[in-house]
Amino acid sequence: MDENGALVNVIGLEKRFAVSAGVFSRVKGYIHAVDDISFDIPLGRSLGLVGESGCGKTTTGKLLARLMDPTAGHIYLNDELMGRIDLAEIRGQELKIFRRRVQIIFQDPYESLNPRRTIYDTVEEPLRVQGTGILVEREARVVQLLELVGLTPAASFLFRFPHELSGGQRQRVAIARALVVNPAFVVADEPTSMLDVSIRIGVMQLMSELAERLNVSYLYITHDLAVARYMCHEIAVMYLGKIVEQGETEEMIKNPLHPYTQALFSAVPIPNPRRDRVAIGIKGGVSAPIDPPQRCRFYDRCLVGDQFCHDNDHPPLEDKGAGHRAACYKV
Amino acid sequence: MKDKPILSVRNLTMHYHTRKGDVSAVDDVSFELARGQSLGLVGESGCGKTSVAFTLLRLLPENAQLLGGNVYLDGCDVLALDNNEIRKVRWRGISMVFQAAMNALDPVYRVGDQIVEALQTHFRGLSETEARDRVTELFPMVGLDPSLMDRYPHEFSGGMRQRAVIAMALSCDPKVIIADEPTTALDVIVQDRILDELRTIQRKMDMSMIYITHDIAVVAEVSDRIGVMYAGRMAELASAVDVFEKPFHPYTHALMNAFPSIEGEKQELKALPGEPPDLLSPPSGCRFHPRCPRRIEACHRLQPPFEDKGEDHFVACWNPREVGNG
Repeated sequence: MDENGALVNVIGLEKRFAVSAGVFSRVKGYIHAVDDISFDIPLGRSLGLVGESGCGKTTTGKLLARLMDPTAGHIYLNDELMGRIDLAEIRGQELKIFRRRVQIIFQDPYESLNPRRTIYDTVEEPLRVQGTGILVEREARVVQLLELVGLTPAASFLFRFPHELSGGQRQRVAIARALVVNPAFVVADEPTSMLDVSIRIGVMQLMSELAERLNVSYLYITHDLAVARYMCHEIAVMYLGKIVEQGETEEMIKNPLHPYTQALFSAVPIPNPRRDRVAIGIKGGVSAPIDPPQRCRFYDRCLVGDQFCHDNDHPPLEDKGAGHRAACYKV
Repeated sequence: MKDKPILSVRNLTMHYHTRKGDVSAVDDVSFELARGQSLGLVGESGCGKTSVAFTLLRLLPENAQLLGGNVYLDGCDVLALDNNEIRKVRWRGISMVFQAAMNALDPVYRVGDQIVEALQTHFRGLSETEARDRVTELFPMVGLDPSLMDRYPHEFSGGMRQRAVIAMALSCDPKVIIADEPTTALDVIVQDRILDELRTIQRKMDMSMIYITHDIAVVAEVSDRIGVMYAGRMAELASAVDVFEKPFHPYTHALMNAFPSIEGEKQELKALPGEPPDLLSPPSGCRFHPRCPRRIEACHRLQPPFEDKGEDHFVACWNPREVGNG
């Protein structure tokens, strides 16, 4: 842990993808998928990354799990086991140990589990790859984890295959697999968005409980603000590769500052037929961030932007009071 | 609601044959839809909501078997029509907006031409110019610029495609439009605009709508009445406000408590035990009884009747919640 108690410090993280065109695949520009973002995740706390498709939230998650190499920037993990390491730099043996500390849970439990492997094989694999313990110990650990995620009695699940399980049960297997190596940090990419309403809350509650019990932090990626409200201590809103606003969850929901956040939050349907929700305006639609201009990324869609916003660089993410940060000149 | 309904569905029952046995997808479902009314059908995957829609349009796959029930559209028994007659009902009587707009548009034809084709198929003698004029009228209604009609589907974003599909569904001026999760794949801001447009058009054209979704918040915003389905049956059917504020059925009540919202103070969410049943061998009696906190002895044995509790509030439950004067 660093002096501020942060488990993860992300500094100036960037990821660009080349866009090529023509017969010779000449590079005609770069998509700035993640564009110079910085944030901290305190130990045992969860950060929700929310935004629309293409805002860079999933890319950020993949960078933090080192499933992708960043173009620039640093991701420091302040780990009790490994000390302070820069994930952007590590290789070889260090990378392997790192895999034990940071895990990822994907959206679709139908795709993320190998259909030919039993539940036991799936959950035990990370331990085997990491060379943890002897067989009996690994078996005991798998049983322990299955029970922890509510797949009880574990013995009745061990030798079943994914197709024999429901979506909710599969996602529980994916959670068990992620937690079996005792990670400090888990990237959860829309883990409940494929699940039905009556199943979803159970999985959300399980994830929250386990985070508390095992002292795990989540980077919780979701497009669903209502889910983020229940899963995260803090929320960061992304727009075209930038974090435009970040703060404590309840503070963000009750008092969004950035015009994009206001539009996004006000567009969320409310489960109350008496409420006449009024959406806050926003212009046009999302474009791909191919070599975007230096000015505020949101300028073209913003209803309050003016000449100053047009003429200046993208605004910095600044504290606007109570630890609530926004990247906007008009706030 | 006391006017003669535009659509009346009675005791609809449908099975799918599979190698493992018969799946009881729709079981004894009844509801009515008044002119200009919007009915939300809400439920989890596999509860039969889409199967109901497919049955209304007679778009069932070969392994489906209709076991009983009637569907009256403006007095005409849709299930009794032959294949030629049913074609006249589709689009002009009932049209449907499907979930996957990507697949609903043919990638090799211009978007406008596809709507023109639909129009000319259903209105014999309509000239191409007249049909194109109609598309020019329809596009702005769904928030598309008419100049886009000569573009191909791949040039459209997901939201634009969904709008084009809605324009197509509206083109033949149907009496009833069925929208099956039309915004599920879209981002929230685009979803919000499309819902708004759909609702405005539906009210302005005095059209009836069945809106199918798993999203309780969306259904709250688009529906006058809501039908809650569970495991192939209609559990509860009432005005949107009554479903949310005075749910009789324990399943409806549980759904409401399991849905996160960003409105107001953060409420505690309650998980529902268990999972929806396998409809190859549905539970006896009430299909919700294995998960129900209020089950009594009768629930195991007998299917509860779908009854009016007053004020057009229907529920199928042996031991309904007490909800004041509902």
